[in-house]
Amino acid sequence: MAEHVLEPDSSRRGFVNWFLGLSGVAFFLSTVYPLSRYLVPPRVAESTAGTVTLPIKPDDVKANSGEIFKFGSRPAILVRTPAGDLRAFSAICTHLNCTVQYRTDLTQIWCACHNGHYDLNGKNVEGPPPRPLDAYVVNVRGNQIVVSKSA
Amino acid sequence: MEGGVQRFGRLREWLDGRIGLKDLEKLAQKKEIPVHRHTIWYYLGGMTLFLFMVQVSTGILLLLYYRPSAEEAFESVQFLMGEVQFGWLIRSIHAWAANLMIFTLFVHLFSVLLLKAYRPPREVTWFSGVALMGLAMGFGFTGYLLPWNELAYFATKVGTEITGAVPVMGPFLGRLLRGGDDVTGATLTRFYGIHVAILPATATALLGLHLYLVQKHGMSVPPDIERQGGGQRRMPFVPNFLLRDIVGWLAALAVLAALAAYFPAELGKKADPFLPAPAGIKPEWYFMFMFQSLKYLPAHILGIEGEIVGIVAFGLGGLFLLLIPFLDRRTARGEPSRLFTWIGIAIIAYMLLFTYLGYTASATK
Repeated sequence: MAEHVLEPDSSRRGFVNWFLGLSGVAFFLSTVYPLSRYLVPPRVAESTAGTVTLPIKPDDVKANSGEIFKFGSRPAILVRTPAGDLRAFSAICTHLNCTVQYRTDLTQIWCACHNGHYDLNGKNVEGPPPRPLDAYVVNVRGNQIVVSKSA
Repeated sequence: MEGGVQRFGRLREWLDGRIGLKDLEKLAQKKEIPVHRHTIWYYLGGMTLFLFMVQVSTGILLLLYYRPSAEEAFESVQFLMGEVQFGWLIRSIHAWAANLMIFTLFVHLFSVLLLKAYRPPREVTWFSGVALMGLAMGFGFTGYLLPWNELAYFATKVGTEITGAVPVMGPFLGRLLRGGDDVTGATLTRFYGIHVAILPATATALLGLHLYLVQKHGMSVPPDIERQGGGQRRMPFVPNFLLRDIVGWLAALAVLAALAAYFPAELGKKADPFLPAPAGIKPEWYFMFMFQSLKYLPAHILGIEGEIVGIVAFGLGGLFLLLIPFLDRRTARGEPSRLFTWIGIAIIAYMLLFTYLGYTASATK
């Protein structure tokens, strides 16, 4: 009981401190973990659309023109080349995600955000885009245009 | 009259006994401002603070009508601008004061940089100031999206994509910021929360620290004036400097009112994810120098995507700016530091040039 006997006390203190520290860490982790999980948005199932029938008739798409359509939840672009071919690409610029458009005057696909140019094969030919646009397969079935992800 | 003074006197005494009014008074009387040829720059911090207050008050007012969802945001702002009495005024002041605040903040920051006020013992004041600049840009970036119009939608797509391109942490940060893989209504809700709760809370805390440190260390007298033996003249903060401050604030308010009345904030077209990005897409002017620099980068630099090189370079630039108090050893030792004066001037020149190009160089070829 004498006050000068410190040895057993200090080891008890050490234990209590260690225990307190551990509780502190546990408390911190049990707060931060749910919080950080909460902040990360849940994964939404990718759009499963593999094939889309367009609300556009083949005859309505003139040569040397392009049109944006919905491919699942993402924009895509349908292009009729001056030669008359129908082609479809993802309309999301590979540079920074803007939505591209068809430039009749250049016969190119063009992104207004940072002046990126793609040729009619979707290849990045000028400006900052690092990759070609994703290409889709276009089939004309009777009076319908069917676009699907490449097999 | 006499009775009134006495009643006030008693109220004062009562308050003093409870919250220590006299200590505050003493503190206010003790504060002095050095008078020399660069004194004018001392007004910029207070001006930024004033504009921040304007932002807080107009922001709270906007909250009363704004609805943070992709379906309603644009319409609620349209309603505010068209139907609500003086709604256009409140929103225009909020938009203009935001721009002016960032402008005065930049001027404040660069005057502090060139006058070397970051030197010991004011390093932490500098850090908190640079952090506040980051927050102000965050305010601008998140606030820009809230009306959910076409320009804002694509600017946010680009801005969050840039975040997503940061090496290692990027994709995670991009998703965290967007609240998903794309810019959607979820992004709007998130930006709203960041803009009206997270940033204001953080900014208030940091601002408290910043102001406390300014109070603690007093105004810095530029080293070259100190070396010339100047900066001995002082003026009391209350009332001499404060009254001058107030003149500046009133002038700023008048400028704001004029800008809001003659150039009200525009709303544009509602965002539509299935329309191509319109030509002339551009960020707020204070991001323009970065935006323009990224435009000039080729698709690949040494096999790395040009964008990533640019982002890393700007990140390092920001870090350099933050660490200037530690890097500028000469100023810390009290010696003249030409190099860092030139670095400051170079940064200003770079920002001015690329901002200018951003508004004049043709976007389409």
